[in-house]
Amino acid sequence: MSHRLFSSTHALAAVVVALLLGQALVVGQAPSPTTKAPTAAKVWTPPRTPDGKPDLQGIWGNGTLTPFERPKGLGTKEFYTDQEFAELASRVRQGDVGEEADIGAARGQTLRYDLSLYGFDLTKARFASNKRTSLIVGPDGVVPPMLPEAIKRNADRAAKNKGHEFDGYENRPLQERCILMGQERLPMIPPVNDNNLLQIAQGSGWVAMLHETNHHTRVIPTDGRPHIPQSIRQWQGDSVGRWEGNTLVVDTTNFTGLTANFRGSGEKLHLVERFRRVSDETLIYEFTVEDPTTWAKPWTAEIPMAKTQGPIYEFACHEGNTMISTILRGARVAEEEAAQKSAK
Amino acid sequence: MTTRKSGERKNWLSDSIVARVTVVGLLSLAASAALAQAPAYRAPRTADGKADLNGIWQALNSANWDLQGHAAATGPVPSLGAVFAKPPGLGVTEGDEIPYLPAAAAKKRENQANWVKLDPEVKCYLPGVPRATYLPYPFQIVQSQNVIMISYEYGGAVRVVNMGTPTKAPAESWMGWSNGHWEGDTLVVDVTSQYEATWLDRAGNFHSDALHVVERYTPLSADTLNYEALIEDPKVFSRPWKISMPLYRRVEKNARLLEFRCAEFAEEVLYGHLRKKPGN
Repeated sequence: MSHRLFSSTHALAAVVVALLLGQALVVGQAPSPTTKAPTAAKVWTPPRTPDGKPDLQGIWGNGTLTPFERPKGLGTKEFYTDQEFAELASRVRQGDVGEEADIGAARGQTLRYDLSLYGFDLTKARFASNKRTSLIVGPDGVVPPMLPEAIKRNADRAAKNKGHEFDGYENRPLQERCILMGQERLPMIPPVNDNNLLQIAQGSGWVAMLHETNHHTRVIPTDGRPHIPQSIRQWQGDSVGRWEGNTLVVDTTNFTGLTANFRGSGEKLHLVERFRRVSDETLIYEFTVEDPTTWAKPWTAEIPMAKTQGPIYEFACHEGNTMISTILRGARVAEEEAAQKSAK
Repeated sequence: MTTRKSGERKNWLSDSIVARVTVVGLLSLAASAALAQAPAYRAPRTADGKADLNGIWQALNSANWDLQGHAAATGPVPSLGAVFAKPPGLGVTEGDEIPYLPAAAAKKRENQANWVKLDPEVKCYLPGVPRATYLPYPFQIVQSQNVIMISYEYGGAVRVVNMGTPTKAPAESWMGWSNGHWEGDTLVVDVTSQYEATWLDRAGNFHSDALHVVERYTPLSADTLNYEALIEDPKVFSRPWKISMPLYRRVEKNARLLEFRCAEFAEEVLYGHLRKKPGN
């Protein structure tokens, strides 16, 4: 192992220890659906905006050390105990980054760059506390199997493009075209490290959310107005919101059928997100996805978000996109070379 | 005024006419004074006591074609005929003059002559400020105490106006760096650090990286705002100059910004020449 990688891993380990210990300390106060509150506990109430709504405003980051799906072998176990947490922390302190999908392990496996150069410096990152074994909640803790019709739907789409992947811009992935990037999609999933900031601003009857990647912005009505007509399909669907107590519930439909949606789902995807602030520094983001043409049942994940300094920098993907033209030009050059070779 | 022995009544009438004239005179004076100081429209307040600018707004003019007064003209695409002809417009520029420095004036003419190839709007690039305001698409103001977020339907462009202590731009950006404050009911936004590649309209009006814009949004009526932008760029213009226009509220019941992710519609222009040739 190179010296730089070793010292980076050490820095990583130190950070993970700090975070795990931090999490262990805070965890007693972090509410979750399956934790029973002690009878004398004070429930934290969020501050209010001037017009009396729960104040979710600020810049939030959803970076997390918790894997999306539950590590094999943990079965139905949703939460680490305090002792298990301490053991994990101790293992990490010894430089044991563990198996893929163990807490903290994912970071160690993805060390490819100088940490600080690409903003991957975990000593500067903030993570909200989370004792969950996976972001997906419930006894299963994994994505439900995909239905045969969804497998076929996605395979048919891929088959149409097979052999034509470099013919033209229309054959390239939406991400490469800066039309819809993976990390800006709904629901919001933690990325590897960067571009995971979300800025929430609330005006009367509306909640605006600026998602850093590709500067994706939603302005969500909370005054009860209906979804847009079913005939209008959008890359990110259409979101309407409502307040349920201190929780902002956002309902999104009208996804397009022109591409695969979240995790290979189709245009019938129905997304319900719940935003609930549980402390000054923590916002719990929970989403449930439902698509009877893709999964046999709905499934839910919960991702804590941590208050972050900001600012959010402008993400001008399309304006700076030299990736797609370079890739297409490369394909044309390769074709030209192959043609000249066969001509000889 | 002479008093007449012949009729007290007549004197009284004359007196009253004079009195009426005088009173009317006084009333006119009072009226002019009142008009001069007549209170402007007072917008409803947000819960924190500021003028409420929340809503979906849109400009209704041809400023995006040309900030100066312009007659109708043939469009750039013959097959689109009248559909995409240049409409006429009174212009939105104070004095109808854009005070270019001599070298910059030449560049403007060159831009205008080649606008289809050069205008960043054709490529769906982020429009910068003030052009984002008068593109032919709605935008939405979401107003909270510490930030005002302005979301534009065109390209999903967005900017965050900092309403706290002004901060310095960390870097250049297409939409610039916005610091705002209130002057009475007027939202004043100071915009700096805009990337030089945006244009001000389709007529080739442009700027450099020294552009400094000060916007003013003032409620005019329940469904209109008055928008002004003071444009300053010492590398391009000999003095600051101003544009102004009304902005109209989108009042339909379920008004919403929809997706106009126009990068997709600009791809043939940008990458069409890189497509695989048939037979290869």
